[in-house]
Amino acid sequence: MVEEVIVARGLTKVFNRNLVAVDHVSFSVKHGEIFGFLGPNGAGKTTTINMLITVLRPTEGTATVLGYDVVKQANEVRRVIGVVPQEYTADEDLTGYENIILCADLYGIPREVSKKRAVELLELVELTGFKDKKVETYSGGMRRRLELACGLVNRPRVLFLDEPTLGLDVQTRAATWNYIERLKEEYDMTIFMTTHYLEEADTLCDRIAIIDYGKIIVTGDPEELKHSLGGDIITISVKEDADISDLIRSVENVKEVRNENGSYRIKVESGEVTAPLVIEALRRNGYTVTRLSLTEPTLNEVYLEYTGRSMRDTEESKEAFRSQRLTIRRARAR
Amino acid sequence: MSRANEYHPSLLRGLWALTVRELKKWLNDPVMLLMLVIQPLIWMGLLGKSMNLGAMFSASNLGNIEVPEKIPIPGNYVTPPANGIIYVSGIMVSQIIQQMVSDIGGNVMRNVFGVTDYFSYMSIGMISMIVMTTTMFSGMSIVWDRRLGFLDKVLSTPVPRGAIIFSKVLNATLRAMLQATIILALATIFGLQLSQSFTLLNMFGVYAAIFLLSVGLSSVFLAFSLRSTKLERPMQFVSLITMPLMFASNTLFPITLMPGWLQAVAYVNPLSYMTDALRQLTILTLDVSKLITDFIYLGFFAAVLSSIGIMLSWRYLSK
Ligand SMILES: Nc1ncnc2c1ncn2[C@@H]1O[C@H](COP(=O)(O)OP(=O)(O)OP(=O)(O)O)[C@@H](O)[C@H]1O
Ligand SMILES: [Mg+2]
Repeated sequence: MVEEVIVARGLTKVFNRNLVAVDHVSFSVKHGEIFGFLGPNGAGKTTTINMLITVLRPTEGTATVLGYDVVKQANEVRRVIGVVPQEYTADEDLTGYENIILCADLYGIPREVSKKRAVELLELVELTGFKDKKVETYSGGMRRRLELACGLVNRPRVLFLDEPTLGLDVQTRAATWNYIERLKEEYDMTIFMTTHYLEEADTLCDRIAIIDYGKIIVTGDPEELKHSLGGDIITISVKEDADISDLIRSVENVKEVRNENGSYRIKVESGEVTAPLVIEALRRNGYTVTRLSLTEPTLNEVYLEYTGRSMRDTEESKEAFRSQRLTIRRARAR
Repeated sequence: MSRANEYHPSLLRGLWALTVRELKKWLNDPVMLLMLVIQPLIWMGLLGKSMNLGAMFSASNLGNIEVPEKIPIPGNYVTPPANGIIYVSGIMVSQIIQQMVSDIGGNVMRNVFGVTDYFSYMSIGMISMIVMTTTMFSGMSIVWDRRLGFLDKVLSTPVPRGAIIFSKVLNATLRAMLQATIILALATIFGLQLSQSFTLLNMFGVYAAIFLLSVGLSSVFLAFSLRSTKLERPMQFVSLITMPLMFASNTLFPITLMPGWLQAVAYVNPLSYMTDALRQLTILTLDVSKLITDFIYLGFFAAVLSSIGIMLSWRYLSK
């Protein structure tokens, strides 16, 4: 058994000779792992997946899946992977069942086998009741589940999930995570997924890589990354309009201070111990504390730490993007 | 546990699966099927029956020519009649003229169009037109597949790339064939006169000709649509070239009556060859040597264009 299931070395994709979508990315994914790519819009997540699933040819660098080169042995790779794309790609004019059978046909799976699998998979993603309905009548969550079922029809050893919960409501999202974890156990798969939901990366992934502007900024398991920030974060605001960074820095155990539009982000070893000290120091110097919060680091802090931007900022445009994609799809349906 | 590796996708399996997908899209769609019937009906009604060239020569068009009841024939007669003038019955003269015009008309029609009624001539031309437009538009659906991500998903499966391309070509061709059958049937109901030599066997020839033109045209359009990033481009291109292709061919009017430069275009236009092949097989008295020429040209056209088209698409799909 290959221990390193996916290996990427200096993987690069340049579009139109000047847009570097993925910039010398290197990482490896171990057997049985859920590996997550976390990054904002346009970070290069989908482009990376497309190179790994042999749909795009890398401009530079190499990648292997289960030891097969994604360029030279593309066909071998295609046979052992399953893909759940970011968009809803099922054929609207066919039923859910017909879609799964079509996928199976593309893998050359005999009908006796694929018919059984289709029923099983529809059961698994709870679409049995809708199996003979055309996909155009499906809701977003149902479509997502159907994509999942299609991606599993060849019993893949490596599953690629591109934003598997994009645009789903919180409930459906949680249910989808459930499926993914169950599937992974049931089929003994290695999973490569992309996401821009931090909590998704946090709960689901064994290891993540934060990617921004086509580059991997940091790789590690979520806990490890949070710990690497070294403790807790205190956010504090004062009434006065002066820069108090240096004052805070002089307090014992304060590791780092960042002024973010008048609110100060303070990295400390232990929030409970240091917060009173900071307040005390400020009061002694005549400042009035108006607001204080104490957070244990989340991936958002990790993200902020490494990219200098908040992940949350990107969420709104994401939704706009999704609705645009839906519009394109609808336009066709007319 | 059973694993992915045990199955191998074959070209035929993949081709069949993808083609069935395409066919389901329109065969299960009653509105679409209705359109397949209505479109030729409208065209036939408007073009075939309104531009009834044969009727121009029909005797009824002479009805308003005034012919006097008696036509005097003056002259120096050896034995002059009583009043010095011979009269011919006007009705007889009128009948003779009408008969002659009708004969001339028939001859002109036969010499120009090969048949005496323009409706038959033009119905077959219409099959060509519809085959052409259907084929061009069908290839374009790949643009949607690409936009909606379906193409990427298919590309991530081990299905042979050729199956993806051929399924589109095959779909276009099958659709064109069905339409041709519908038109021929409808036209026969509305007065198309099949030649004496027509047998059902000729239909195989008809399908073969349609197949060759469709394969050639659709593979080129497929490549073109794949490579253009905008959906509008191939659409514009189709509307730009369909009219010229149609008029610079024997689809509606015989080549021999065209000005020289237009004849030159019409003689390289594959549409002319398919239309002629179809007419030879259905309404004309079969001229085997002409039919062979038609098929050689169509075969050549199909081979060259589909090689180019398929090569270009292949390169695109495996980039
Ligand atoms: N086919 C293409 N041609 C040109 N540029 C492209 C193409 N595909 C992607 N890009 C560009 O590459 C960059 C990375 O895109 P990519 O789709 O990989 O981002 P992503 O991380 O998946 O974003 P999202 O979260 O929006 O899905 C973007 O700037 C995008 O505009
Ligand atoms: Mg993406």
